[in-house]
Amino acid sequence: MTHFINLTLNGLASGAVYAALALSLVIIFQATRLVNFALPAFALLAVYVAHTVTQLTGAYWIGFASALGTGLLVGAVSERFIVRPIARTSQLNAIIVTLGLLLVIQGTVGMIWGNEQHGFQYAFSYVGRFSPASVFAVAAVAVVALLLFLLYRFTPLGLRMRAAAHHPEAARLSGVRVGLMLTIGWAIASFIGALAGMLAGPPFISPNVFDVVFVFGITSAVIGGLDNPFGAVLGGMLIGLGMSYVSGYFGSELATLAALVIVVIVLSVRPDGILSRPTARKV
Amino acid sequence: MSGTEPLLEIEGLSAHYGAVRALDNVTLSVPERQLCAILGANGAGKSTLLRTLTGLHPAASGKVKLGGKDITRLPTERAVTHGLAHVPEGGGVIVELTVEENLRLGGIWRGRHDHKAMTEVLEFFPPLVERLDKPAGTLSGGERQMLAIGRALMARPRVLLLDEPSLGLAPLITEQIFTLLRDLRDRTELTVVLVEQNAAGALAVTDHGYVLGQGRVAIEGPSADLLADDRTRHAYLGF
Repeated sequence: MTHFINLTLNGLASGAVYAALALSLVIIFQATRLVNFALPAFALLAVYVAHTVTQLTGAYWIGFASALGTGLLVGAVSERFIVRPIARTSQLNAIIVTLGLLLVIQGTVGMIWGNEQHGFQYAFSYVGRFSPASVFAVAAVAVVALLLFLLYRFTPLGLRMRAAAHHPEAARLSGVRVGLMLTIGWAIASFIGALAGMLAGPPFISPNVFDVVFVFGITSAVIGGLDNPFGAVLGGMLIGLGMSYVSGYFGSELATLAALVIVVIVLSVRPDGILSRPTARKV
Repeated sequence: MSGTEPLLEIEGLSAHYGAVRALDNVTLSVPERQLCAILGANGAGKSTLLRTLTGLHPAASGKVKLGGKDITRLPTERAVTHGLAHVPEGGGVIVELTVEENLRLGGIWRGRHDHKAMTEVLEFFPPLVERLDKPAGTLSGGERQMLAIGRALMARPRVLLLDEPSLGLAPLITEQIFTLLRDLRDRTELTVVLVEQNAAGALAVTDHGYVLGQGRVAIEGPSADLLADDRTRHAYLGF
């Protein structure tokens, strides 16, 4: 029984990271119908900035804040100056550009900080089954998800953003600056990506450190339903728990296979993801 | 019936879709508190006229003035701040949002939520009251059109631009909506530009009518005259 509880808590902790990444992808997908493949690179940049700032100041939390700030900035700048001009030509081009951004940022990070691993400080102990670090990961993601929900559901800014995402023309006719809403959406999304990076990064970071985590993040978003934020969180938890149980009871080498099995089962029952709405829309 | 100073002035407005001329040198003016009908066949340029007014379609040449101010090249999101509320074809109701959220969206450009406007709109459209927290996608066609007009009114516009509110609605509902426009005009300071294919219905409630043909103003006159003149009816309006 203790084993089971341990596995559950462990699954929740890694699930929280997947959920955060999935949430980040869903926010952008909802607004622009784009999958942001550059997300792990945004997280990477944020984490390296945090690493440097922490080393310079000696304060972990200043580094943490600068990571989140980097996330906001890199998301906003990428949307405004790289993705938006290209999305005008075609949707596919924009998706390919996010892939390009991924490579460029990963390469640049390698050029600046080197390709070898860096030890990464952490505010909490990450040793043990359900460490303080895991508690922090679950709590941080839960708080962010809650704040996001409140923002979207109950604030005028959230209403503007949802209107811009669902019906840009009607939003503009109501005076909403749709472009600005997209920039804000990307900023928030990569803020969450940066948070996920800070939670998933330690104890060692290198330019490709988030590639695998991102795969599970995107998997979570797909099984949850790419256009539903609740689905993203649910999907993240499902993948996190599923992989934890399988690796605990059947061996860790099967964990990745477990994720694949979950995807196959979920998508064969609900091809658009667990919580996605019907795709057809009326005028 | 109508005021003296034209509130909305359109001078020599032209617009294209590629090589196709959708609006060709259209000139018209709408005095304050007038109900104005824009009629014409499919493809005559009626919708394009409204879309050009609110910047959804670029004007190739010509001028649009609202209350003496040039608003020709205004970006769409600024149109509402100058007092132009545009209900696009089909209403543009956001089905994923609730009825209340749709209404709030209409007044969102003013910053603070406008309780008074909300109360007034709900007085005009009682069926919306009990549906406030339901997704707008659950409304019937007539209710959606009410919501679309209600959302536009939440912006407290000077000019309401309506693109075919009767589209897809039963004749009885259409009549209700037309009557409502008249009520609105009588009770508020509102000026309405109504684009319609249903010429008979539109002329029956409006003050003045313009008939567009191939992007030009073919004929214009007081609605009652257009309705009474058999030749214009047969030639342009098809009834």
